[in-house]
Amino acid sequence: MSEDVHHAPGGAAHGSLRDYLIGFFLSVVLTAIPFWLVMARPLDAGPTAALIVGFAVVQIVVHMIYFLHMNARSEGGWTMIALIFTLIVVAIALSGSMWVMHHLDTNMMPRGHDASSLP
Amino acid sequence: MTPDTVTTTDAPPRFYDLDEHEHPEGGNTMLGFWIYLMSDCLIFAILFACFAVLGGNYAAGPSPRDLFDLPLVAVNTAMLLFSSITYGFAMLAMQAGRSGLTRLWLAVTVVFGLAFLSIELHEFAGMIEIGATPQRSAFLSAFFTLVGTHGLHVTFGVIWIVTMIVQVGRRGLIAANQRRLMCLSLFWHFLDIIWIGVFTFVYLMGMLR
Repeated sequence: MSEDVHHAPGGAAHGSLRDYLIGFFLSVVLTAIPFWLVMARPLDAGPTAALIVGFAVVQIVVHMIYFLHMNARSEGGWTMIALIFTLIVVAIALSGSMWVMHHLDTNMMPRGHDASSLP
Repeated sequence: MTPDTVTTTDAPPRFYDLDEHEHPEGGNTMLGFWIYLMSDCLIFAILFACFAVLGGNYAAGPSPRDLFDLPLVAVNTAMLLFSSITYGFAMLAMQAGRSGLTRLWLAVTVVFGLAFLSIELHEFAGMIEIGATPQRSAFLSAFFTLVGTHGLHVTFGVIWIVTMIVQVGRRGLIAANQRRLMCLSLFWHFLDIIWIGVFTFVYLMGMLR
């Protein structure tokens, strides 16, 4: 079993110094911009919120590629399958919770806490 | 062999392969650990869902604007990001087979991890001091549960890194240690990914509410 010294065949990929540095640089930029958007507030709340969520999604993908070295081939594709399955469950849990609870709030609460929800 | 076990039929003997096939040691560890991380991801997803539902219920108590200090959160984010890149350098040193350098970068990672935890505990202490405890409102319960669970993960990550510094020091970069370091790499970078969600949805969105 001399192959054991190397990592599992088809297993987790290695990163290079270049990968880590690119990932780090992108992460710094993708973190700094949302913080700046919220602290300096050059835009309204709506577009700001949409932008920072967009930056977060991009940064998560950057981390997965450059730090976790994810690709469709590692472990014969099983890591990607597990990830996709998890993302589907997460999407159902998150959107389902918010959808149900929003309707519960809207239909069951006699009134909101702020005046904007009054008729 | 007792006589009654002797077979009298002429049928050819059948063989069943009941033994475990030989698997290379640790061959499935990375996939197994990845699946653990995915289950951890579900825990955080549910805590995020709780926060999304309860995050606006202040019970006439303090709101994110009253509590959050964005520059401090930015520093905290930087600490975690630095620890990610230094862990990456530790992995590069491991691939080069340099155990001393690996331990040095792991130690630097521990320092950044501890800095992150100190800043977070300082933030929590400041909030509790002014009465913004988890009992105060649903928003604060959800906040402390979500951010606290992440902090707990970082704490265990730091303990794991210290363990690996000792392990690599005693046994060197043997195959088992390399495998452990690769699992820890996934864990540590995964925590950084969760933190992206935390600072975006809890802190930044909180300030926009």
